[in-house]
Amino acid sequence: MGNLGVSLLCLGLIIAIIGWFFYRPIEEGKKAQQKSGYQEIEVEVLGGYTPGIIILKKDVPARIIFNRKDPSSCLDQVVFPDFGVHADLPLESPYVVELTPHKEGDFSFSCGMNMMHGKLIVE
Amino acid sequence: MTERKKALEKEGVQRLRIIADKGYDPAHIELKKGVPAELTFYRLNPSGCYKEILFEDQGILEPLELLKEKTIRFTPKKTGEFPFSCGMKMQKGTYTVVENSRLSGVFLRFLVSAFFAAFLLFLMVGMYTGRVHHEVMRWGSFLFTTPILLVAGGPFLKSAWASFKKHQSNMDTLVALGTTVTYSYSLFALLTGRPVYFESAGFIFFFILLGQVFEERMRKNTSQAVEKLLDLQAKTAEVLRNGEFVQLALKDIRLGDTIRVRPGEKFAVDGIILKGKTSVDESTVTGESLPVEKSVGDRVIGATINHNGTILYKADKVGEDTLLFQIVDFVKKAQSSRAPIQDLTDKISGIFVPVVIIIAIFTFWVWHVLLGASLVDALLYGVSVLIIACPCALGLATPTALMVGTGISARMGVLIKNGTVLQEIQQVKTVVFDKTGTLTVGKPVVTDIIGDANKVLLFAASLEESSEHPLARAVLHRAQKEGLSLKPVVNFLAVEGKGVKGEIEGQQVFLGNTKFLADKVFPVDLQAKMIALQKEAKTVVALAIQQEVIGLLAFQDVPKESAKMAISELKKRGLQTMMLTGDHKEVAQAIAQKVGIEHVSADILPKEKAQKIKELQKNQSVAFVGDGINDAPALALSDVGIAMGDGTDIAIESGDVILTHDDLMGVVRAVLISKKTFHRILLNLFWAFIYNLLGIPIAAGLFVGFGLELNPELAGLAMAFSSVSVLISSLLLNYTKVA
Repeated sequence: MGNLGVSLLCLGLIIAIIGWFFYRPIEEGKKAQQKSGYQEIEVEVLGGYTPGIIILKKDVPARIIFNRKDPSSCLDQVVFPDFGVHADLPLESPYVVELTPHKEGDFSFSCGMNMMHGKLIVE
Repeated sequence: MTERKKALEKEGVQRLRIIADKGYDPAHIELKKGVPAELTFYRLNPSGCYKEILFEDQGILEPLELLKEKTIRFTPKKTGEFPFSCGMKMQKGTYTVVENSRLSGVFLRFLVSAFFAAFLLFLMVGMYTGRVHHEVMRWGSFLFTTPILLVAGGPFLKSAWASFKKHQSNMDTLVALGTTVTYSYSLFALLTGRPVYFESAGFIFFFILLGQVFEERMRKNTSQAVEKLLDLQAKTAEVLRNGEFVQLALKDIRLGDTIRVRPGEKFAVDGIILKGKTSVDESTVTGESLPVEKSVGDRVIGATINHNGTILYKADKVGEDTLLFQIVDFVKKAQSSRAPIQDLTDKISGIFVPVVIIIAIFTFWVWHVLLGASLVDALLYGVSVLIIACPCALGLATPTALMVGTGISARMGVLIKNGTVLQEIQQVKTVVFDKTGTLTVGKPVVTDIIGDANKVLLFAASLEESSEHPLARAVLHRAQKEGLSLKPVVNFLAVEGKGVKGEIEGQQVFLGNTKFLADKVFPVDLQAKMIALQKEAKTVVALAIQQEVIGLLAFQDVPKESAKMAISELKKRGLQTMMLTGDHKEVAQAIAQKVGIEHVSADILPKEKAQKIKELQKNQSVAFVGDGINDAPALALSDVGIAMGDGTDIAIESGDVILTHDDLMGVVRAVLISKKTFHRILLNLFWAFIYNLLGIPIAAGLFVGFGLELNPELAGLAMAFSSVSVLISSLLLNYTKVA
C-alpha cells in the first residue's frame, strides 16, 4: 500500500468517525404507558439507554423498568441525581426504579461514571 | 455442614417456598445480597409453636395461619448467616446471605484472563531466554490469547458494538477497538508469516480487568456510610397491646403506641416520654457525643440509646416519618446528586472517545507516512493511544468524592443537601447568624441573684415548682444545679402576667413584677439594682416575704457554649461573621462581644431578616444560620441556608445544610467538610486531566527521543490504575480530620 493510499484511508476513517459520532440522529422521546394509578416504561440498557428520552406525567408514580443487557461495568449503575436514585442494575434481569416526579421539566439520568446519558422529561 | 437451599431468582426477585411442619423445610436457605426476597411459608403443623415466624435481623414478625400461605418480603443487605425462627424461638432455621454472583462476573473474567495471561508470560520469558521456539511462540500466543478475547474480552466487544450502533461511545469502545486492531493484525501476520502481537491484546484485557476488580470493590465502599445508619435501628420493641407489653417488629409499631424501653436498649421510633427519666445517647443520629437528660414530655428519637432509666413513651412518628429515615433519605439524595463542576466533564466525556480515536489514527498516520515507521510500529503507537486514554477517571472524579464527603459529614451531624450546595459553600464570604435560639440557647437563664442568694433562690424555686412559666424553669434549673432541696408550698396561686404567691413555713411569699408587689416595701438600693439590670435588657422579678422585698432575680438568654469557639474558627478561616437580632443595639453588642462576632445588625424585625440578607448578597455570597422554623424565608433566600435542629425537632427540608443538633461547631464542620470534599474533587479532576494530557502524547511516541515509550500492555496497566487512583483518592476523604 502506498503512502497516498494509507493517507486517504486515514482521512476517510477520520471523516467517517466525525460523521458517525458528532452528527448522530436526533432521538425522539417515548412516553410512559399510563396504567391505573401509575405509569410504566421499559428501558433497555445496551450500549446506552433505549429509549434515551423518556417522558413521564407529573405527579403520577412511575415505574421505570431497566433491563440491562450490557455487561459493561460502565453501565452497571443508574443514577437519577434529582431523585436520589443510585441503583445497581442486575445483568439480564429487570430492575425497577420507582419515583414520582413532582416538578415539570427536563432531568437527566446517567450511568455511575456519567459516560452514558439519558433524559427524563416531565410534563 | 448442612445443605443450603438456594432461592430461585426470576425477574429481579428471589423466591423460595418453606413448609412449616416438623421444623422448617428447607431449614437452611441461601439468599443473594441486594435482591428482593419473597419467602412463602406454608404451615402444616397445628402446634401453636408455629403460629408466628420471626426474622429478627430484618425486623419481621408475622403470624402464620394453619394451611395457608404467607409471604415474607425483605431485601437482604448484609452477607452472613442469620437465624429465623418461630415466635418463641423453639423451631429454628438459618438464612445465609451471599454476595450476588452478578458482582463477581468481572472477577470471573479476570480469573480467566489471569490464567491464560500466565501462559502468555511463560511463553514470552521462554522466547527471550531462547528456550521456546519462535514458531511455538507464534501459535502459542494465538492459542492463549483467543480465549481471553472471547471470554474475558467478549463483554467489552459486545458493549462497544452496541453503543457504536447507537452513535455513542464509552471506555469499552476504546478497549475493544485497540484490542481488535492488535488481534486482527496478528491474525493476518500469523497467516502470512510475520511477527505477531497477540499477547498485547491478552495483557491489555488482563490489566483492565484487574483494574475493574479493584474498582468494583471500591465503588461499593464509597456508598456504604448511609446503609450503616439504617442498621442502627432497633429491630423490635416492647409495645403495649391489650393491656400487656408484647415484643413487636419495628414495622408493626403504630402511631400512638405506648412503648417500653429498658436501660441499654434503643428507642425504636420517634416519640414523647410518658413516664420515666433517663439520659439518652443520641450520637447515632445527631453526632452529639454527650448524653442528653430526658424526662416526661421530652422528645426521643428512634435509634438513639436509652442509658439508665426505664422509659415509657408514645410513638408519634413511625416508619418513613422517623427522623432517622428522613436523614437517610436526605443523605442518599445528596450522595447521588450532581455538582455544577460536572457540567465540564460531561461536555468532555461526550466527545472524548471519538477525539481519542481520531488522535490514534493521526498518530498512526504520522509514524507511518511522515516518519516512515513500519506498519506494525505505527499500528502499535496508535493502539497505545486508544488504550491509555481513560474517560472513566474523569467520570468518577466528582461523584465518588461527593458520595464519600456527604456520607462522612452525615456521620458528624451535618447534612449537606447536594453537590450544588457543597460547591456554593466555597464561595461564601459572610456567615450571618440569627441570634435567639441560634447563637443563644433561646431560653432564659438566671444571670443575677440580688440579696441573700441562697435564700432568694430557695424561696423562689420552691414557689415556682408548680409553675409552667419559662422563667420558672430557669429558676428550678438553677436551684437543681446548686443542689437545693425545695420547701413545701401551700395555698399556691398564679396571677396571669404578674407573678405567683404561696405560703412557705407559715410565711406569705410573693414572686413577680413590680405591679404584683406594688403594696410591698421595696428598699431603694434594690430598686436601683433593678433599673440597672433592666438596662442590660434583662428580665427582672422581685421576691417578697410577708411585706418586704428581699431580693431580685434577673434572667437573660445566654450564648451557647459552642458559640465563641465556632465564631473564632470561622474567622480563622477568613469568613466574616454577622448577627441579626430584633434586640436593641446595646444588648446586641454585649452578646456579640461575648461570642466575638464582628458585625451586628440590631433592631431587625423578623420579616426584615430576608431583606437584610438580600442587601448583603449584592456584594457577596452569604450563608445564613437559623432555626429552620421561624427563619424559613431568610434560609431560602441566602446562598447557603444552614438550618439548625435542636436534636429532636428538625425541619429537614428547610435548609441547604441541616445541622442535626444545636452545636454551633456544626457550621464550622459544614464549611470544612465541603471545602475538603470540593478540593478532593478538584484534585481528582486535575489528576484525571493530567493523566490523559500526559498519557496520550507518551503513548503516541512523542517522547521517544527521550527514551520514554509505552507499549500497549503498559498503556493498559496505566489506564486501569488511573481510575483506581481516583477512587483511592475519594476514599481517602474518609480519613481526613475535621474539627
